[in-house]
Amino acid sequence: MRIFGACLAAAALSVTAVTAMSTQEVQAQDKELTLCWAAWDPANALAQLGKDFTAESGIEMNYEFVPWTNFADRFINELNSGGKLCDLLIGDSQWIGGSATYGHYIKLNDFFEKEGISMDDFAPATVHAYSTWPKGTPNYWALPAMGDALGWVYRKDWFARPELREEFKAKYGHELEVPKNWTEVKHIGEFFQGRDIDGKKVYGLGIYTERGSEGITMGVTAAMYSWGFQYENPDKPYDMPGYVNSPEAAEALEFYKSLYDCCTPPGHSDAYMVANLDAYKSGQVAMQMNWFAFFPGIAKDEDVGGDKSGFFVNPAQNVAASTLGGQGISVVAYSDKKDMALDYIKWFAKSDVQKKWWSLGGYSCHVDVLNDPNFPNTAPFAADFLKAMDGVKDFWQEPTYAELLQSMQKRVHDYVVADKGTAKEALDKLVVDWTEVFEDDGKL
Amino acid sequence: MTDQPSGRSADSLTDRVARATPGAVVQRVRGLSDTAIAWLFISPTILLLLAINIFPLIWTVYLSFTNYRANRPGRAIDWVGTRNYERLLGNEDIWGYLQATAHFVVWTMVIQVFIGLSLALLINRNFKGASFWTTVILIPMMLSPAVVGTFWTYLYQPQTGIFSYIINLFVAVGPVDMIGSVDLAPWSIIIVDTWMWTPYIMLLCLAGLRSIPEYLYEAAEIDRANTWQKFWYITLPRIMPFLMLAVLFRGIENFKMFDMVVELTSGGPGSTTEVASINLKREAFEKWRTGYSSAFAVILFVTVFGLGNIYVKALNKVKQ
Repeated sequence: MRIFGACLAAAALSVTAVTAMSTQEVQAQDKELTLCWAAWDPANALAQLGKDFTAESGIEMNYEFVPWTNFADRFINELNSGGKLCDLLIGDSQWIGGSATYGHYIKLNDFFEKEGISMDDFAPATVHAYSTWPKGTPNYWALPAMGDALGWVYRKDWFARPELREEFKAKYGHELEVPKNWTEVKHIGEFFQGRDIDGKKVYGLGIYTERGSEGITMGVTAAMYSWGFQYENPDKPYDMPGYVNSPEAAEALEFYKSLYDCCTPPGHSDAYMVANLDAYKSGQVAMQMNWFAFFPGIAKDEDVGGDKSGFFVNPAQNVAASTLGGQGISVVAYSDKKDMALDYIKWFAKSDVQKKWWSLGGYSCHVDVLNDPNFPNTAPFAADFLKAMDGVKDFWQEPTYAELLQSMQKRVHDYVVADKGTAKEALDKLVVDWTEVFEDDGKL
Repeated sequence: MTDQPSGRSADSLTDRVARATPGAVVQRVRGLSDTAIAWLFISPTILLLLAINIFPLIWTVYLSFTNYRANRPGRAIDWVGTRNYERLLGNEDIWGYLQATAHFVVWTMVIQVFIGLSLALLINRNFKGASFWTTVILIPMMLSPAVVGTFWTYLYQPQTGIFSYIINLFVAVGPVDMIGSVDLAPWSIIIVDTWMWTPYIMLLCLAGLRSIPEYLYEAAEIDRANTWQKFWYITLPRIMPFLMLAVLFRGIENFKMFDMVVELTSGGPGSTTEVASINLKREAFEKWRTGYSSAFAVILFVTVFGLGNIYVKALNKVKQ
C-alpha cells in the first residue's frame, strides 16, 4: 500500500511538473513575436538590435528572413492567405497599396496618436514612400524602418592610379573621377571593360539585369529617373501616353541598353544585388550599382573595403533622382499578437533605438539621426545617402503593383538583354500593358 | 502456431469473413444487388477523384469565364464571358510562349530519342561493365530538376564554367554565354533536359530491346540479313511501342516543364525561354490574374489532352 502511495505521489508530481513546463512553454510562446523580412545584411543588424527589445520587454524575437529572390512571392502569398506566420512585416514599399486596400496591414494612425509617435520625426520622403496610402494622405500603415536608395560603388584604388588617370583623360577629355552624369558612367565602363589590372581581366560595370523579380526595373528606372521620367501626367492620374513612353524615357532606356552591351561582364544577363556584389567584391568590375543597404558591408569588406572603395549617389543626366529602395515596418492584421507587435513599433520609433539602428548598419529614417550635423561623417556613404533620399522616386505602389512590375520586367528585359525591338516600342507596349491593368482595376 | 481450431483453419477466407460479419450488416448487404455492392466499393475512390481532379477542373473552367483574382477576397466575381480567351488568343506574346514550349518539346524529344536509343543499343550488347555503366547513365534522372537547373547555371557560367572551357578547347571563341544569349539560351535548356532525361528513354528502349525474342535475329541471320536490315525490320518495329510510350511521357512532362527552366534562365533573356508553364505561374501567382490564367490553363489542358489522344491512337495502331 505504501509503495502504491509513493507511486501515486510520484505520478502526481510528474503530472504537475509536466503541466508547469507546458504552461511555461505556452507563456513563453505568448511572449514571442515573429518579424519577417528579407535575408540580407541589415536583417542581421536588426536581429542584433532586437536583443535590446527582448531585454527591455521580456518578449522574445523570432525572425523569418527570406532571400530577396523569393521575398515577394513568399510574403505576399502569406498575406493573401491570411497567414499568421508574421506578426511584424518589413514589406517592400510597393506593397503598401495592396496591403492597405486588402486589409493585410493594420492602420497605425490611432496608435501613433495614442503613443505620441509623430511622423514629423521621420524624413518626409520616407514617410511618403513607406507609410502612406493613398499616397500623400495622412493614412499610415507602416513606420519607416529602413531607408534605402540605389547608389553606386567604385574602385577608388583603381581610379587613383596615375597611369590609368592619364590614359583616361587623354581618351575622354575629363578626369577619371566620380561620374557626374550617365555619359561619364559609360566612359568609365568602356575604359575598364576587358582591361588587364594586376594580371586579371576586369570589366566595366555591374548593373541590374535580373528578369524574375524586380531587378532590371530597378536598374532601368535609375537611368530613366535621371532623364526626368514620369509615370503619369501629374495633373491627370493614370494618364500615361507621352509620359511613360516620352522621348526622354526612350533615350534613357536606350542608354541603359548601351551600358549592358558595352560594359558588363560576360554572363551578366540576369544579375541583381547579390550578383553585382559578387562581381564587385571579386574584383571583376570597376563600378557597380546597388542599394545603399549593402554599403556598410562593402566598406568593411576585407578585399575591397576601406580606402579601396568609394561611394556616390545615382548620377544626374537631366535631373537628380534615385530609385527608392527601403521599407516600412507594419503590423500584420492576421497576427494574434498585435498588441505586442505594436509595443515593438513603439520601441523601434524611439530616438535612441534609431541611433543604435544606424550604428549597427541599418538605415534609420529618423530625423534625429539624419539631421545630426555629424551624420555625414559617420560613414563614407552617409552624405551620399542623404543626397539620394532627397530625390528618391518609387515604382507604382498601387494594389496592382505586381502586374505593373511584371509587365515592365518583361518589356525592358526583352529590349535590353534580348535585343527585341527598339526602346520606344518597348515603352509603347508597356503603356498598353499598364493601361490594361488600370482598366481592369477600374481606375481608367 | 494458431489459436484457432484446426477444423476452422481449413475454412476459406470468405467463410471466415461471413461468419465474423455482424448479423445486422449481413441483413443489410443481402438486400443489395451486385452492382450496388460494386458501387459501394468504388464510390470512395470516385469521390476522391471527383474532389481532387474533376472538381478543380470544372472550377478552373468556370473561373476562366470570370474576372476573379485570388488576392482580392472581398471583390465580387463578375462573369466576363469569353473575354479572357479572346485576350489570350489575341495576345502575340502568348504565341511566343507556346512557340518556345514547342521548340523545347520537339527538340528535346528528337535528340533524346536519338541518343537514348543509341545508348540502349550499346548497353544491350552486354559488354563487360554494362550494368555499371547503366547505373552511371541513370544518375542524372535521379536528381531534382531544380537542383539540376541550379548547378547547370554554374557549369554554363561564361567565365568560370566548365561548359565554356570545353568549347574553347575545340574552338577559341572566348566566353560562351549560353544563358544570356538569345540564340543559345533555348539550346541551353534543351541540353540540360537531354542530359537529365535521356536515361529515361534509354531505359524504356532497353526494356523493349530485351523483350525481342532471339529467334527472330537467328531467322534473319539464316536469311542473310545485314545489321541495318535487322535493325530496320526487327528491332525498330519491336521497340516502337516502347519508344512511343517514352516520347508520350516525356512530351507531356516537357510540355509542363517549369522548375528546371526557372532555375536555369528564369525564362530569359527577355522572354526567349519563357515556356508556357512559367508564364502561367507568373499570371496566376505573381500578377494574380486568376480568371485569365485559368483560361490559359484550360487552353493548355485542351492542347495536351488533344495531342495526347491523337498520339495514343497512333500508339495503338503501332501496337496492332
